[in-house]
Amino acid sequence: MEQTERTGRAERRPMIEVRGLYKRFGEHEVLKGIDLAVEEGSTVVILGGSGSGKTVMMKHMIGLLKPDRGQVLVEGEDIVPLEPAELELVRRKFGMVFQAAALFDSMTVFENVSFPLREHTRMNEGQMREIVRQKLDIVGLREIEEKYPAELSGGMRKRVGLARAIVMDPKIVLYDEPTTGLDPITTEYVDDMILEAKAKLGVTSVVISHDVASSFKVADKIAFLSGGLIVEQGPPSRLRNATHPALKQFLHSWFEKNE
Amino acid sequence: MPTTDAEAPPGEPRRKGAVVQGFENLWKLFTDSVSDVGGVATLGAQVFRWAARPPYRLANFFSQLDFVGVGSTLIVCLTGTFTGMVFAHQSARAFELFNAQSMVGPTVALTVTRELAPVFTALMVTMRACSAMCTELGTMRVTEQVDALETMAVNPIQYLLVPRVLAGLIMVPVLTLVFDLCGLLGGYFVSVVVKNVSAGTFIARTQQWLDPEDIMEGLIKGAVFGLTIALIACYKGYHASGGAKGVGQATTQAMVQSALGIFILDYFVGVALH
Repeated sequence: MEQTERTGRAERRPMIEVRGLYKRFGEHEVLKGIDLAVEEGSTVVILGGSGSGKTVMMKHMIGLLKPDRGQVLVEGEDIVPLEPAELELVRRKFGMVFQAAALFDSMTVFENVSFPLREHTRMNEGQMREIVRQKLDIVGLREIEEKYPAELSGGMRKRVGLARAIVMDPKIVLYDEPTTGLDPITTEYVDDMILEAKAKLGVTSVVISHDVASSFKVADKIAFLSGGLIVEQGPPSRLRNATHPALKQFLHSWFEKNE
Repeated sequence: MPTTDAEAPPGEPRRKGAVVQGFENLWKLFTDSVSDVGGVATLGAQVFRWAARPPYRLANFFSQLDFVGVGSTLIVCLTGTFTGMVFAHQSARAFELFNAQSMVGPTVALTVTRELAPVFTALMVTMRACSAMCTELGTMRVTEQVDALETMAVNPIQYLLVPRVLAGLIMVPVLTLVFDLCGLLGGYFVSVVVKNVSAGTFIARTQQWLDPEDIMEGLIKGAVFGLTIALIACYKGYHASGGAKGVGQATTQAMVQSALGIFILDYFVGVALH
């Protein structure tokens, strides 16, 4: 039976499965037949250069984009043909951390993190305060509930973004370029945050990134996207010795630049 | 010397003539305009469909009523008062030639209620509220806050656009009434205090000529303009792209199209009502 590298447990059922995904914007074909399975409780990193279609692929996973062809299965249900109201139910299984956090500028940290609770539950203010405090604790933040996003650093905003993403206890968390634009210490902190969210909450995570070091640190599986196709996928140890020229060149240039 | 199509050396891309380029630009302007009108109409249909569905976001709705309506009251009062004053001043000068100053009141009243109030009010709301609406939505779009709403299973049209469009639809007619009142008071002040028209004549003649239908015509126009300018601002902001520059361009386009839309619709609504 195949074992995952990090956990050593037997392979689990796919939480998300992408089958034969094609997407074109005008003349530009971004995805040319993507196949990928994200097993329950694992962390999959989609690695690739700028403009390789990573964000487009992630947006398909949560139903923000409809493919030209192909299927996206979330817990076995194909979300491609779903109507907006049905999609909203599927999206409640997800939390998403955006590249620039995408916090609402006009709301305080408490209002941002409690937003999904306010929208989808009947909790009172006290219950919401308690849950928000717990989630902020998980991401290592305290006493900032009344601050506005503009008053926070980039790293803090990302952590508030993660607290908001996990406030409804989702099964899946999507991370869009979580370490882009961060200094090395904050990058390490964000990597630990992803690992901790997985360890403490047992969530399935999908991370899109072009940061090789972070990817190798947090991933159970890495899928390398190039030219609209996943050209290599597997555990980090296997990808280190990959033979595909595009991946070899990507890793080579990254290590050259960062050594 | 510029190279023409005929003279272009083999292997080099041919330059388009100025006339062809001009026609292409005109064609693009036409197709973009048709596309925008279609986009705004489609968005309007979506807004009303989502407005009918629960949850009804009353807090957002009242907040927008406050922003569009209460926030614009002072500027509409000032615009209305000075419009009425200047119109009375010019009318009085003209009517003095025929010794017919008694007609100043009705002239100001009819012009303000039928035309000036809805048009100027809509223009002021476009500049003050719709520009802010468009910029706010555009910024939310380019910073992925709109995507964030969607990923949190909240429909952005229902959450962001419905309150804004309904606020435009309701508050522009209300502000038109405020403009009517201020315009008439401004006209009264200049006619009676400055131009020495008798107060009784001003009031009696205005009552004689001004019908409720004239005020209603202004209110209907106000509602049409309010809906249009709020939809244009929302459409341009909601579909903004390309960072800060894109948001700026979207806001400029929204302002120009709203102002043009007001004048074009003013004619057609006026004709339809008579």
